[in-house]
Amino acid sequence: MSTLLDTAPVDNRVAFAEELIELASHDDRIVAVCNDSVGSSNLVAFRERFPDRLVNVGIAEQNMVGVGAGLAAVGLIPFVCAAGPFLTGRALEQIKADVAYSQQNVILCGMSPGMAYGELGPTHHSVEDFSWLRALPGLDIVVPADAAQTRIALRQAVAEPRPTYIRIGRHKVPPVSPETNVLERGRFALAREGSDATIIAAGTEVSKALEAAEILAGRGVSVRVLNAVYIAPLDQQAIAAAARDTRAIVTAEEANVAGGLGAAVAAVVAELPKSQRVPMRILGLRDFAPTGSTDFLLDHFGLNAAGLVRAVEEVLNGD
Amino acid sequence: MLLESTEQVSRWHERRAAFAELDPSMRAEALQRQANSIRRDIVRMISAAGQGHIGGDFSVTDVLTVLFNVVLDVDPHEPRRDGRDIFILSKGHCAAALYATLASAGFFSPNELATFMKPLSDLNGHPANTKVPGVETSTGPLGHGLPVAVGAALGSRIKGAPARVVVVTGDGEMQEGSNWEALMSASHLGLDNLTLFIDRNRLQQGARTEETNALDPLDEKLAAFGLEVRVIDGHDFRQLEAAFGPSTTGKPVAIVANTIKGKGVSFIEDRVEWHHKVPSTEQVEMALEELAQ
Repeated sequence: MSTLLDTAPVDNRVAFAEELIELASHDDRIVAVCNDSVGSSNLVAFRERFPDRLVNVGIAEQNMVGVGAGLAAVGLIPFVCAAGPFLTGRALEQIKADVAYSQQNVILCGMSPGMAYGELGPTHHSVEDFSWLRALPGLDIVVPADAAQTRIALRQAVAEPRPTYIRIGRHKVPPVSPETNVLERGRFALAREGSDATIIAAGTEVSKALEAAEILAGRGVSVRVLNAVYIAPLDQQAIAAAARDTRAIVTAEEANVAGGLGAAVAAVVAELPKSQRVPMRILGLRDFAPTGSTDFLLDHFGLNAAGLVRAVEEVLNGD
Repeated sequence: MLLESTEQVSRWHERRAAFAELDPSMRAEALQRQANSIRRDIVRMISAAGQGHIGGDFSVTDVLTVLFNVVLDVDPHEPRRDGRDIFILSKGHCAAALYATLASAGFFSPNELATFMKPLSDLNGHPANTKVPGVETSTGPLGHGLPVAVGAALGSRIKGAPARVVVVTGDGEMQEGSNWEALMSASHLGLDNLTLFIDRNRLQQGARTEETNALDPLDEKLAAFGLEVRVIDGHDFRQLEAAFGPSTTGKPVAIVANTIKGKGVSFIEDRVEWHHKVPSTEQVEMALEELAQ
């Protein structure tokens, strides 16, 4: 575990771009669609290799998602790529009606999600995506925590195409999973076993959770870490098991807490039999972010190892 | 998902073949009779449901009749057949007109029309592609059909076999910005296999379009966006048929069809309150009588 975390952190968009080209070279149904984001979505090499399968609609996100749905309607597999906030915010009704409700197999790629655009401010942060998209039935929400999971998520999207939103991280993260790992649809990935408390973390927060677990182990506290690589469908079994096997659950997400991962977990815990319910702490954003780099903001909101250690100790001792 | 009606599909094939044999003026008369038969279905559906959008249904009935009996290469027996023409009704609130048209082609049994908007019916107030064969994408919120049509037109071209894609929008719907985003793409991409048909009935839910947020000169706007524009009488069957001829300029085609909301029933025609008013029992009789031919 610690050897993985010691590896140099990387930008998941690199793995995304390489894997998409690899997949497209074997499958001519794959098309990339973007909104003037050829560069920021890392699609330059894709465009050079497959100029006829790169559709840049310009700065027009509603049209971009609608075009994606139309491409899917005639049997193609569109990867619709745009910075998370503009994809999910501006085109939310297209995601609802044209993709989720119409069950078109569009792969929505929310690039540079969370607070990856740190100093550019809340207009450019994608921290509402979980809340908005969780309310849409029939749409998978996938949050790869590292480069290897990003590659696997893309391969699965092509192997079994279905309406899907994938967060493609820009903020560099260390590997948290072996390259050979498989993702099971609707299941969290076990990142570390533990018996006192469980941290359920998504994306950038998985490596922070593993760091926190290591610190807590040194203090005699055993922490299970679940990588919430699927937020929808939600792994209700793993949540119930965490409540049964450990004494508390802490969630961590680079997202607003209103309706996000923590809220989803809490809704499951709240409906467990009384004897199985456990206290929780939900870490995430409760306000628009102030000015600062991504690292500064993660620290500011306590979305770091220290914040997670504090939350676990509080919830184990306080409740 | 509803199932095809094989009996009705056979009837539809016979009807199409018969229409194809007729000379243009005779075909126009036959199409007129077919359209009024669809309008009678619509009257009964809306009366039974106690809800619906009769005005807009009637203004698009003629074009739907031409599309499904003459123009489109679709297959009620295999609605998702690869290479089919794609039809999208972007003004999803006119679902009754679409359902009656699809049922008459056998995409599902005409008996289903009686369930329109009833509890748990597949025939929702707005069409859902997961429930109704022949519906390509679920519509309802306005400004969605044209971007999807652009994607379908482009996608079939990428696949190497450009299919014809036809999308019908309302005119009030052209106030939605997403349509103009899509028009820019259609033009930029040179999608000459795409036809946008605008049902220019000049009324929207609350008032006349020109009193609400004026669209004119709509033809000039569309031309400025790079479309080949055809302005027609949307209730003249010969003009309707001709308007769906292929692009002559390599540009996508926009048909601005001047229509009458409520077309076919005198007391409904061109009256804003009939956007979604429901006819009384007496009005149903009067409407069916006017639509008898």
